[in-house]
Amino acid sequence: MADTSDIKKGFKMLMDGVPFAVVDHQFVKPGKGQAFVRTRIKNMMTGAVIDRTFKSGEKLEKADTEERTMQYLYPEGDARVFMDTRSYEQISLTNEQLGENVHYLLDGTEVDIMLFEGRPIGVTPPTFVELLVTETEPGFKGDTSSNTTKPALCETGLQVNVPLFVNAGDKLKVDTRTGDYVERVKG
Amino acid sequence: MAAPADLGVLQVMALRAMLLASIRRFFEERGFVEVETPAIVPSPGLDVHLAAFEVRAWRGEAVGWLATSPEYQMKRLLSAGAERIFQLCRSYRAEEQGRHHEREFTMLEWYRANASSDDLIRDTEELVAFVANALDQPAPEVQPPWQRLTVDEALQFHANVDLDALVNDEEQFFRVWAEEVQPRLGNERPVVVTDWPSSMASLAKLKPNGMADRFEAFFRGVELCNGFGELTDAAEQRRRFEQDQAERRAAGAPVYPIDKRFLDDLERGMPESGGNALGVDRLLMLLLGADSIQDVMLFPEERL
Repeated sequence: MADTSDIKKGFKMLMDGVPFAVVDHQFVKPGKGQAFVRTRIKNMMTGAVIDRTFKSGEKLEKADTEERTMQYLYPEGDARVFMDTRSYEQISLTNEQLGENVHYLLDGTEVDIMLFEGRPIGVTPPTFVELLVTETEPGFKGDTSSNTTKPALCETGLQVNVPLFVNAGDKLKVDTRTGDYVERVKG
Repeated sequence: MAAPADLGVLQVMALRAMLLASIRRFFEERGFVEVETPAIVPSPGLDVHLAAFEVRAWRGEAVGWLATSPEYQMKRLLSAGAERIFQLCRSYRAEEQGRHHEREFTMLEWYRANASSDDLIRDTEELVAFVANALDQPAPEVQPPWQRLTVDEALQFHANVDLDALVNDEEQFFRVWAEEVQPRLGNERPVVVTDWPSSMASLAKLKPNGMADRFEAFFRGVELCNGFGELTDAAEQRRRFEQDQAERRAAGAPVYPIDKRFLDDLERGMPESGGNALGVDRLLMLLLGADSIQDVMLFPEERL
């Protein structure tokens, strides 16, 4: 059994059968009173973030979670199929479970799959992915410095705001944590 | 106020030296005498939620505990006739670690004989403004006088609940305090919270209205100090100590001994006095706008 002294960023605990990951935490103790650990925790099934205050020393149940690196294979109905490259075991996650991350999956992309009690519940894509632009308004020659942006549609269905000089057929580096354009990739 | 940026170790060293020097100057200008009391004490403080480090000699024989505050010995000096004393010392709390807590931290404690908690609140306001100036952080928001709130008002204002509804459930009181009240206290300017429930009087006397003569100042949601109109009634003090011990026993916490010499001296007589304990690391953190006390310490545990 764990307790509040085990709490740190990323600590995973089970509450009412649901796994939560600690996003932020703070020890609070009035000079003459009960100590608490205030936490911000993320529901690993839904992504919802909530605040929860624990009494210092309170017992916590560790969540049985495991992260495994897998390769994205292909879509199948409204799900996506991944494979463990060592065991060749295949698992699938629904598009709903993948959320925004569905837009960062290209054939062969290596991702970290979060397993809860052996079942996949989520995915962490690489921090940066390179995506091909399939549609955007034509660029303006020479305009490389403007702060103005325009929308561009990528091969995975992701829509990003890009500088005006980006054209269809360009490859973009995208930050998967924010969904933001980083730079145009040469070649 | 200046942004903390990333303070380098030499900057922290210089700022701490200026801070300590300015605190000493403040008290010397007001006729206070600097005192030193031991770090290893026969009783480390009996408050139910305090955890102390036990000190053992090399063959394992118990020597005492590291003081959680220098309160008992400083009050014994008041009983001996001292009128204005202050101390800058390390205090130790075994189970407190976080952005605003360090198990070994620097405490400023001062006492005035023949004075009230109001006098101590005034000292606190003037001290913080003085130190801010000395550090070249002349913060208009810390200039006296500070806003005052009773505990009841603070609860009503920030948590929409009356003290009456919480006073019999201390855990719930502190949960509401930690979640809803304290984070909102003193966001613009420091605020002094007075009139604590008598069950949380600790070493404070009771006021005519039945509340504890205890105050705490908060700035940007951080508790900066805790002061008392001091309890001078030895019999009442013994009763509270025995009650603390019973509560510790019931909670399965180590039951520390009562400091008999402190009670003896109290019995012989201590003038009506006010005292205050202020977290020096927190003060520096707040004046510099830093995020944690570790940012303004030379060797917090994480870098030791």
